[in-house]
Amino acid sequence: MTAELEARVDAIVARYPQPKAALLPVLWEAQRARGFVDLEAEEWIARRLGVSASHVHGCVTFYTMYKQKPSGRHHVQVCTTLSCMLRGSDELLAHLERKLGIREGETTPDGKFSLVRVECLGSCGTAPMFQLNDDYHENLTLEKVDRLLESLP
Amino acid sequence: MERILTRNVDREGAGTLAVYESSGGYQALRRAVTTMTPGAVVEEVKKSGLRGRGGAGFPCGLKWSFMPKEVDPKRPHYFLINADESEPGTFKDRLLMERDPHLVLEGSLIGAYAIRAKAVYIYIRGEFVFATGVLERAVAEAYAKGYAGANILGSGWSCDLIVHRGAGAYICGEETALMSSLEGNRGYPRLKPPFPAASGVWGCPTTINNVETVANVPFIIERGADWYLTLGKPPKNTGPKLYCLSGHVKRPGVYEAPLGLPMSELIYELGGGMLHADRPLKAVIPGGSSVPVLRADECEVDLDFDALAAKGTMLGSAGIMVMDSSTCMVAAMARIAHFYHHESCGQCTPCREGCGWLESVLNRIENGAGRQADLDLLISVSNNIIGNTICALGDAAAMPAISFVTKFRDEFQHHVEHKSCYEGTMALQGVR
Repeated sequence: MTAELEARVDAIVARYPQPKAALLPVLWEAQRARGFVDLEAEEWIARRLGVSASHVHGCVTFYTMYKQKPSGRHHVQVCTTLSCMLRGSDELLAHLERKLGIREGETTPDGKFSLVRVECLGSCGTAPMFQLNDDYHENLTLEKVDRLLESLP
Repeated sequence: MERILTRNVDREGAGTLAVYESSGGYQALRRAVTTMTPGAVVEEVKKSGLRGRGGAGFPCGLKWSFMPKEVDPKRPHYFLINADESEPGTFKDRLLMERDPHLVLEGSLIGAYAIRAKAVYIYIRGEFVFATGVLERAVAEAYAKGYAGANILGSGWSCDLIVHRGAGAYICGEETALMSSLEGNRGYPRLKPPFPAASGVWGCPTTINNVETVANVPFIIERGADWYLTLGKPPKNTGPKLYCLSGHVKRPGVYEAPLGLPMSELIYELGGGMLHADRPLKAVIPGGSSVPVLRADECEVDLDFDALAAKGTMLGSAGIMVMDSSTCMVAAMARIAHFYHHESCGQCTPCREGCGWLESVLNRIENGAGRQADLDLLISVSNNIIGNTICALGDAAAMPAISFVTKFRDEFQHHVEHKSCYEGTMALQGVR
């Protein structure tokens, strides 16, 4: 872990009455630095915040957004909850599976794309939609999806 | 009607402090902290009739009044803002945070003053990366102008504002799970009592309010409770409301109207009517996926807490999900059950196992493998969840399940007998 990350952790811990409360934000920092959170990072964080490594691991596995292994460079998260389903998210997901040549939950062999089905992203008025890395792409059509995927490096 | 909560969202430069201040922003905070006592702020909000916009509709001022009147220095007070907007069908808080973050901050600060809080933590769902950035920039602006931090506006009262990002767990929108998560734990709900006002986050007196709830507060302080009481259906359903319209309508989106907006007006006027002219309304879930469904013939109703309660459902988070005649009700309920099974935290057996059973049985009915006994099994599983868990997540799966099976029993029966969906319905619908 770098000195820069150390300083960030100090600043985060200062926002809370107890160091343990910094766990989620510090996990975000670790994931930002490496793209995922491995056991080594979990142990480092545990020592840093004074909690057990098993506690950290319990949180990493409880929250869906922490990754235990790298995802594709472009991580496509398709909402398929009811409002999106009503507006065609199942066909959107099937289209992405065909287009990328992988099933939901998989990563392309070149590491460029990963595809997952996720629960409601709070974008029901602009369904169907997916989150591509951090960004929401809303009111999708299959044509828009094709154009977007082809534009990605 | 005058737009209140959403007055700034479409303005040029929306989200900046300059735009917010130009429409009178932070004057209510100034009035509260320099001319009113915390108790007077609580009384004004109590008088306004403001009810919580997160789902339960609990009176906001009353909730604030449960907090100790004196602060024990060893147990500071905390004000938590529930920005973990995750209820399927709900997307109103995101609009406020992205387009008018200072309104959220001003309301949070006034609430914090009213309950004598040392700090405000805004717990925002992890997926809202954009909104998190907007809020963090707004927080920095608020500190720079003296609206947050030490000695706010010269009043002698100090309060910190911290944005805390979750990491993907619906359950963290449940207030006790939110506190567990904020403390750095898995998002496990806790038994009540103790209620948060007695012992909340870090064992300290705590109040938790939804984003939209606190966004109402600056207007109540600025214009007075008497003005607020003229909006909506006083005395018990007052104020402006954000309605989230989704599903089979022409113009889905967030619409602001006073509480008590007729559902037909939302769907057919504001929402532009049904998506396809040849597919009439079949059903509406009026308050996010956790509430019982209404059949089309039950939809002559005003969208407020008490009118919907009289129909056996809830306003909830005002996520109005519209389904037309092409919707397979078994597929719709199976999708809802999948959500709750996925999101159950796993602490309580009736919820963890029951939601899984609901999903499995619904899927086998949908896939043509259903048995006659499955219809009653769904009801029985649901009744064994309700009331037997720490929090309401299990109920939120079971109550819709009972309503779907009861109100659309013919369609469930058809699946069992014919091993197929109702004619004219489709489980999978094409992207428009």
